[in-house]
Amino acid sequence: MRLTFKTALVAATALGLAAFAGVKVAEAAGGGDAKYKKQVEWGFNGFTGKYDRHAMQRGYQVYQEVCSSCHQLKFMSFRHLGDKGGPFYDKKYPNPIDNPVVKYIAKNYPVPIQDIDWDTGEDLPRDGKPVDKFPSPYPNSVAAAAANFGKAPPDLSVMAKARPDGANHIYSFLLGYDKDDNMYNKFLGTKVAMPDQLFDGKVDYEVIKVQNKDGSVKEIQPPEATREQMAKDVTEFLMWTADPKMEARKSLGLSVMIYLLILAGLLFFAYREVWRNVKH
Amino acid sequence: MSDTEHSHDHVDEEKRDFIYIAAGAVAAVGAGAIGWPLVTQMSMAADTKAAGSIEIDLSNIDEGSQVKSLWRGKPVFVRHRTPEEIAEAEAVDVATLPDPATDNERLMPNKAGKLDPRFLVMVGVCTHFGCVPIGEQGKVDALGEYGGWYCPCHGSHYDTAGRIRKGPAPENLVIPPYEFISDTVIKVG
Amino acid sequence: MSGHLSTYEPKYGVTKWLDKRLPIIRMGADFMTYPSPRNLNYWWTFGGILTLCLMVQIITGVILAMHYTANVDVAFADVQRIRRDVPFGWLIQPMHAVGAAMFFFAVYVHMFRGLYYGSYKAPREMIWILGCIIYLIMMATAFLGYTLPWGQMSFWGATVISNFFTAVPFVGDSLQQWILGGYSVDNPTLNRFFALHFLLPFVIAAVVGLHVWAMHHAGQNNPVGIEPKSKEDTLAFHPYYTVKDAFAVVVFLLIFAFFIFYYPDALGHADNYIEADPLATPAHIVPEWYFLPFYAILRAVPDKLMGLLLMVGAIAVLFILPWLDTSKVRSMRFRPVTRIWFILFLINSFILGWCGAATPSDIAIPMGEDKGLNFLWLSRISTLYYFAYFLLILPIMGMIEKPKELPESITKSVLGGASSGGAAS
Repeated sequence: MRLTFKTALVAATALGLAAFAGVKVAEAAGGGDAKYKKQVEWGFNGFTGKYDRHAMQRGYQVYQEVCSSCHQLKFMSFRHLGDKGGPFYDKKYPNPIDNPVVKYIAKNYPVPIQDIDWDTGEDLPRDGKPVDKFPSPYPNSVAAAAANFGKAPPDLSVMAKARPDGANHIYSFLLGYDKDDNMYNKFLGTKVAMPDQLFDGKVDYEVIKVQNKDGSVKEIQPPEATREQMAKDVTEFLMWTADPKMEARKSLGLSVMIYLLILAGLLFFAYREVWRNVKH
Repeated sequence: MSDTEHSHDHVDEEKRDFIYIAAGAVAAVGAGAIGWPLVTQMSMAADTKAAGSIEIDLSNIDEGSQVKSLWRGKPVFVRHRTPEEIAEAEAVDVATLPDPATDNERLMPNKAGKLDPRFLVMVGVCTHFGCVPIGEQGKVDALGEYGGWYCPCHGSHYDTAGRIRKGPAPENLVIPPYEFISDTVIKVG
Repeated sequence: MSGHLSTYEPKYGVTKWLDKRLPIIRMGADFMTYPSPRNLNYWWTFGGILTLCLMVQIITGVILAMHYTANVDVAFADVQRIRRDVPFGWLIQPMHAVGAAMFFFAVYVHMFRGLYYGSYKAPREMIWILGCIIYLIMMATAFLGYTLPWGQMSFWGATVISNFFTAVPFVGDSLQQWILGGYSVDNPTLNRFFALHFLLPFVIAAVVGLHVWAMHHAGQNNPVGIEPKSKEDTLAFHPYYTVKDAFAVVVFLLIFAFFIFYYPDALGHADNYIEADPLATPAHIVPEWYFLPFYAILRAVPDKLMGLLLMVGAIAVLFILPWLDTSKVRSMRFRPVTRIWFILFLINSFILGWCGAATPSDIAIPMGEDKGLNFLWLSRISTLYYFAYFLLILPIMGMIEKPKELPESITKSVLGGASSGGAAS
């Protein structure tokens, strides 16, 4: 038993170190000037991390009012906003295409859906529906690049995963602009094609209305729309768009880990019973 | 080895069996649990499920003609029926039909809550083995023996209300779930 | 331990009938009663763990193939769709991606175990060579599979690796274009990579069959590296090693699950979340961690063709290892000096991996201000040691080293006494 335990211990330690090193290397390799890197205690980090629904809702508002005029969420549909775990999920509408908030957002999205007239084949912009993908503000990538100093604004669907330590990266980037030069980002240490977007009060946060069980409506006052607040909220939203199933994954993970621990324990006892009379 | 000489002679069989059975049972539960996602992944994905409705404008369909639209990967027929066809459909003795249904039962009320017998909306899939029946006005041989639709695969004949009248198909052409969202536009699905 | 006698007796009419025609139950029963050395330690459970890994990859892979389209316009979007819309796709896709890394982790442990305990020596050369073939196909499969999500790393990885072939004299360019099906990595490449990525795991499974067959014929090696001599030296595979393997598999699954559920991206690269763009190469392009040592060897030489040959040689040398190691003693437990060389080899492998991940011109070991050994030179030293271990150390040590006294039998070594060797593991 002594030797076995030692083996297991050595293996576990080695693995732990390897895993830790892997994570650290991956983080350190990411772009950005460490001096201007901001670390936020995100609620979605950690083993039981969860997204902040209200922050996501505000973040969506920032995305729609600020980001969406140049960027796209091309792997997302409006209906995803009403998915379980999403910012506008409502228990009453398990199927998000029936969710009135989602319907409203789709219909009033600032960029129309490019459809065709099904009788004539001509272009026919129309209002969005929950099943539609988030539309691109540009007809094609060439137009997108032409309108933005030669570089098409990147898609934001998985942006929070496309950078090492993505959430802090986005947050640091959005707040990393030089005071005197709104095209220079200190965090990235370079001029960027996107000028500084956020200033205090740019977005007028909506009051969030929550229906109580007795039918009365509780109003939740939003925080002040400072630069930091908006950057934080839109980061929360973009983290969700990049990893929408994170909550489901982590909660299933807990059950799976507990299950595997129990099974490992039982198998270990079974192993001891089988080998009881065998010296090895 | 922590086992002493003592344990060589004395094996607690009850405890041992319990451990074996418990370990086996827990492992079996796990195997079953992992099976579920592996099987259910083949069911409809969220985007497929969500993209299940289309809108059709009835005002563009002339009397005596039919439009075919794709709905959930299947054709939906909307026929603007002539008065003769409506009369023919209503005159049938329902009791004699293989799948009894009155003409009105095959219609949905419009915004005003009334049935409009001119527009017949059906899934254009033969209830026999899933071929698309033909039924173009003006081509007499395409309408089958009952003036409605005819399935060329195995010879099923449908009347002007899309009811099965002759041939191997067991049921009438299916009416999809649809509703009028304005006076002239229907939403299927 | 060849000539394991079958003890299976069919009891019923049906099984008797079947046994005469297709002795498949006998095969299974013989597998279960197969006499295994009684002293196998936990390092021997990695065979079972690898079987599990292959099964997980095949099952999740077939499932992903049901939802994936090998087309450059939609491949990236399809992976996103799998993670967002396909029922449990968010679970199955990371299982496959993390599974590849876990598979390599397990195969490396398995290989180092074979190296340490001399499992490649007569009469087990074929087991080892078949294992090397499996490893080679695994590398091909992993490389092909990494292209499929069509992210930036997929695209540029495929571009860089396929450029290896241009180093071949005379026919290089044509060879590369034949492999890619075009001037560069594009839709035809993605299509054929998908087809081959689907095929190769089944080839692996077939070679695994041969690997296990050869092992059952020659018998398992064991930590002391002497052949079982009596019945006392062995135990039936079932229940002794089934239960031990099962326990080890579950412990392995714990680590596997930890990554899937909590760090699904820790072993991957953030750039692969950017869709492939033939106009912009990512700043740091590195292969997946399991290829890093070979990548370091490739870069250690300034010449394109030589670098490639050296990298190929690094794998080829494994195939002839059974004839390079001249020692009659298998287990490093009884080879006090070679054991130290082995530990250095193990550390050296990690250093090569470290070099593979780094920028060659960066300083690895600082020596004074702004000076020191850079990664290029570190990788050159490490590459030298890698080859020296196989081509010089093992052949020479086998001739000059005086091994410790071997135990009389496996049972004797287990029951204690001075001859059981040094540190147990």
